Amino acid sequence: MLVEKTDTVPVRSSEDIVRVRQIVRKWAIEAGFSLVDQTKIVTAASEIARNTVDYGGGGTLLLESVREGVRRGLRLVFEDRGPGIADLKLAMTDGYTSGTGLGLGLSGAKRLCNEFKVESAPGQGTKVMLARWR
Amino acid sequence: MGEIPIMRIRDCLLVTIQVDMHDRMAMALQEDLAEKIVATRARGVMIDISALEIVDSFIGRMLNNIAAISRVLDAVTVVVGMQPAVAITLVELGLTLSGVRTALDVDRGLAVVRREIDRGVDDLARRED
Repeated sequence: MLVEKTDTVPVRSSEDIVRVRQIVRKWAIEAGFSLVDQTKIVTAASEIARNTVDYGGGGTLLLESVREGVRRGLRLVFEDRGPGIADLKLAMTDGYTSGTGLGLGLSGAKRLCNEFKVESAPGQGTKVMLARWR
Repeated sequence: MGEIPIMRIRDCLLVTIQVDMHDRMAMALQEDLAEKIVATRARGVMIDISALEIVDSFIGRMLNNIAAISRVLDAVTVVVGMQPAVAITLVELGLTLSGVRTALDVDRGLAVVRREIDRGVDDLARRED
């Protein structure tokens, strides 16, 4: 897989979540995503960015525009140094929330992507990688 | 922090969301609407989201909350103008907006409000959840 372009943006506030949506939209358009695919990756990014702010105490987003053969895609890696997730399986369950949300963030974002991976442990922060191909 | 304008059309309130809302703005809108419903004795609330490029679970929760708040204040909420790509994404995300009425545009939204008022808001409350 070839990484054609990268950027790192802060994910610390509610305003940053809006900026994440805007930059992911821009990159998805550049990668030639259809409107539905753009909407899916932007929505997934919005969910994970909110988790990073609300539960992770803020962090960063690494964006990568990738190419594999003729396929083009976007890979997003959200990373925080927050308390981490003790029970990943539970956190991935539809409707489960440790906060006040609807509990759709992780599970919903996963459905909106082609690739999805969470790495986390208590006290170790959380890293969420998501990718969508055109 | 920008405010989202709330317009009045007869006994309905119309909110047109034209900006990518950050979270505090969404919370402020809930409060403003609740106050306006009581102050204007509105029977209907229409939320035009045709300019919204995404609806994530936070915005979805806000729409559900506004519908629930309106209901206890004796008003009907109709979300109008959802873009097709947003609808497709919402369903895949797992957000059903089950407590919220929807319509394709403001005209149809007004018709839904009229119908629901005629039918009685009690009936709507029973269908919730």
